[in-house]
Order: sequence, then C-alpha cells, then structure tokens
Amino acid sequence: MTATEWRDLGLALVVLVVAAGLPFFGTPYYLTLGVTIAMYAVLATSWALFSGPTHYISLATAAFFGLGTYVTAVGIDHLPYWLLLPIAGVIGAVVAGLVGLATLRLSGVYFVIFTLGLAEFIRQVITWAQNLMGTRGLYVLTDLGEREIYWQLLGLAALVFLGGWLIGRSRLGFALRIIGDDEEVARHSGIDTARAKVMLFMVPGAVASITGAIIAPRYVYIEPALAFAPILSFTVVIMALLGGTGRLWGPLVGVIPFTFLTEWVARWFPNQSTLVMGLAFLVIVFLLPKGFVGLIDGARARARGAFA
Amino acid sequence: MTTAATVLSLRGATRRFGGLTAVDEIDFDVAEHEVMGLIGPNGSGKSTTLNLISGALAPSGGDIVLRGQSIGGLPAQAIARLGVARTFQLVRLLPSMTVLENVKAGAVFGHRRRWGWDADAHAMRMLERVGMARAARSRVGQLTYIDTKRVELARVLASDPRVLLLDEWLAGLNPTELQEGIALIRSLRDEGRTIILVEHVMDAIRSLCDRCVVMASGRKIAEGTPDAVLSDREVIRAYLGDDDA
Repeated sequence: MTATEWRDLGLALVVLVVAAGLPFFGTPYYLTLGVTIAMYAVLATSWALFSGPTHYISLATAAFFGLGTYVTAVGIDHLPYWLLLPIAGVIGAVVAGLVGLATLRLSGVYFVIFTLGLAEFIRQVITWAQNLMGTRGLYVLTDLGEREIYWQLLGLAALVFLGGWLIGRSRLGFALRIIGDDEEVARHSGIDTARAKVMLFMVPGAVASITGAIIAPRYVYIEPALAFAPILSFTVVIMALLGGTGRLWGPLVGVIPFTFLTEWVARWFPNQSTLVMGLAFLVIVFLLPKGFVGLIDGARARARGAFA
Repeated sequence: MTTAATVLSLRGATRRFGGLTAVDEIDFDVAEHEVMGLIGPNGSGKSTTLNLISGALAPSGGDIVLRGQSIGGLPAQAIARLGVARTFQLVRLLPSMTVLENVKAGAVFGHRRRWGWDADAHAMRMLERVGMARAARSRVGQLTYIDTKRVELARVLASDPRVLLLDEWLAGLNPTELQEGIALIRSLRDEGRTIILVEHVMDAIRSLCDRCVVMASGRKIAEGTPDAVLSDREVIRAYLGDDDA
C-alpha cells in the first residue's frame, strides 16, 4: 500500500468513529437524519460500484430493498435476526445474478426499463401472494431501536467501502473500467464481459437487500407499496450522480447535501417534494454531468495547471 | 517454410449477411513465424474474414482452426485467450485511461495473463517495444494518430498472442510515419511473430509479406508470394477492371 492509501484508510477510520458516536452526542432528530444518510450512503455507493464503470443505470434498488424487508418481515418470527441479514444478502445476490444473466446482454435503455419493471413485478407478486393469504402486510416487532439500526447501517457502509476499494484494485474492477470505455476492446482483450457485469451487479443487489432487512424493523408494518417504492430507486440514482460515480467516495458527497435538501423541502414545501427532485435531476444533468467529483477534480486540475 | 507448423487454418469459412455472401468458402493456412497479407479491393471481404478469425462475427459456415482446435463461432474473449489478438481498422483505445493502462489491458486479460507488478512491467516493456515508453503516463487524447496506433499495437502485443491480426494498421499514415510504421512491423516479423495483415499499401505488402491471399467479392482468387500474386492477371482485373488486364 502506498502512503496515500494509508492516509485515506486513516481518514476513513476517523470518519467512521466520529459517525459511530452520533447517537451519544446528537439529538434524536439528528440520529433519524443519520439513519437516512447512512442508508442512502450504502445504497448509492454500492449502486455506483456497478453503474459507475459500466454506465448501466439500474432502477432495481427498490426491488432488492423490498425483498430484504420481506426477508426480515417473514423470517423474524422463525429465525434469529442476525441470520436474516446474510439470508437477505444471498437472496439479493441470486436475484441480481438471474436478472443480470437475462438483461445485461441488452444495451442501456432496455436494461433501465427492465430494472424499473422488476421492482413493480416483484411488488405485484407479493401483493398477489398476500391477497391469497388474506393479509395486506406484515408486522415486524423487534426491540431494535434507531441507534441499533444506525450502527448496523454504518457497519454495512464500512463493508461496502472496503469491498469497493478491494474491487477497484482487483482484475474485476479493471475489467469493468475497460468494459465501460469500450466493450468491443474488452471482449477482444479476453474479458468475459457478460460474466464480469453479472458478478458486479450482484454486489448492489446483495447490499440493497441487506439494507432493506436492516431497515424493516424501523417501518414496524411492512406492505408492498412501502417496501418496493420506486422513488427509492430514483433517489439513489440522483444522489449517486450528484456526487459523481468516478470515485468510491463520490456518491457520499451527493448523499449528504441531498438528504439535507430533501429534509428542508419536506419542512417548508411538503407538497412540492417531487418538484424539487425533478429540479435536482435537471441541475445534475445540465450543470454537473460528472457530479461534485467532476467539479472537485476539475478545480484541482486547474490549480495544478496554475502552479505548474 | 513448408516445414513450419500450421498455426491457423480456414476451411470453407463463409459469412452471409442476408442475401449477401461477404466471405465465400475461404481456405488458407498460416504457418508459424509467417507474415501473411490478406489483400483485395474494397468490399472484397478482407475485414469480414478478419472478424471471423477474431470472433467479432461468427461464421455462417466452414471452420477456423487454431493449432488443432476449432475456434469458429467461439466468442471473441475465448478466441483472445487462446492467443489471437487484433487491432481495429479505426483505432480503438480506452479514453478514460492512461497509455500504460491501455497496454495493461492486453497484459492482464489476454492469452498470457499477468497481474500487479508483473503486468505493469510487461506493459512498460511493450511500450518500449513500440517506442512509446515516454508517453506511459499520458492520456490517450493527447496522442498523435500514429502514436494511438502504436499504443493499440502495444496492447495487442502485451497479450503474447500466437497470431496477430493487423487490420489496415498502416492506413492513414503520412509518408514519414509510413516508413516508421513499416519498420515497426518488420521488427515484429524479425521477432518471428505470426501475423495476418489486411493492407492496401502495396509497398508494405511487398516488403513485409511472405505470402498473400487475394480476395475479390468474398472469394479467394489468388495465393502466393507478393510478386507472383500482384502480377496475376485475375488480380489485376479485380483491382483495375477488365480494360487494364
């Protein structure tokens, strides 16, 4: 490891320790905000691991997230809670793998539509199954409070960052960058492009599913419309793109301001929140095509140019 | 030359696009250490033949054999791993990466797979080989045209291929660059590499190729030494039309 890598690792540990202390010094309101930020940090960072290098926009986050919440909702009465998280992860990875095999040979826009449809499809299947059983939703009653949920999400975030860092240094990460640049060159260089894409797509699938499983106790009552809300998928995409997908820490830079923005809008313009989401999307596309990361890198390059 | 082992053979290789037969039952062999020119007028099926060999397209019929193993119809990545590497008619580099990383792509995933320090060192050697070591840290957007071609060639060489496919590698170079380009390919030939060249530059064909296969309208119309095929009446007719034959 190089000196910069040690420095980054040290910095990440400090941030993690400070963030872990939030329940001790923050008000309950900040803890709630912390849960939201941690949740979106996990989702957006893992989303960008796949979509950053490949440029495939996945709207399947809600599908995996919803599956995870249902793993907890169905399993909580039968299995120990700690076992549910890995189960949710495996289910998310398997579903992502199947979806990937079926769709990643498709080019961009077909993939987007398919992933959006996937969340809706799973939601309808669960609604139908629940109707057969004569229920509308499931209760998740645990003694897990806001701070336990927060710490779990923080731990998951640490794992996602560690995993992302390792993937970035691996052959798989290098293969994905080549695929993102030119798939034809990738294939002719000996990369099994379909396999690489499917393998990496399983990461956000598993992570979103585990996130859903962790969040479920917070909802108390789980129903399909809540668990599979498409707005979640869109929010994750906007946050990740606002931050920038070129760097591992990029999405985080989008998650934090966007969470405060949505908080502020929800407080002052409760009826126009969708409008603000739309505006944010326009701003990202027009002004920040590479997100805050692009802005920062551009400023750095200019500074270097000025001093050179 | 007859004693050298055959590395690649095409037997009745055919590719149809709807009603058009772009490559029509082509047969030829390439021996080890041989430089073979694949020539012919525009639209004669040379590039399509190259695409069949590299796996960019699957043949509609016939077979392609690499060292005794049938590769016709295998996906491009499988063929690349078995040791067939190619350049593209329009240079394809990886725009978000440095020159060194571009070359590393060949070293990491190709026929012989390297990783880490070994891959970096090997990629650097390949850059030195094509005379581009000075630009290792540059972005590919800053390169001149011939330099992009050199980097692409280095990427292809980095995989230690058994057969090298060069698709009009010399096209579009100015006269000075052309001399450099020919010298570079000749140095590959002197290393004993097995190469198939699709080329229009006649000087290059005469000075580089051991043997040529001439295609016209998807068929093989001649095969032999460059001098022999270039004076062949049917070849002249294919290039220039009946009046000049």
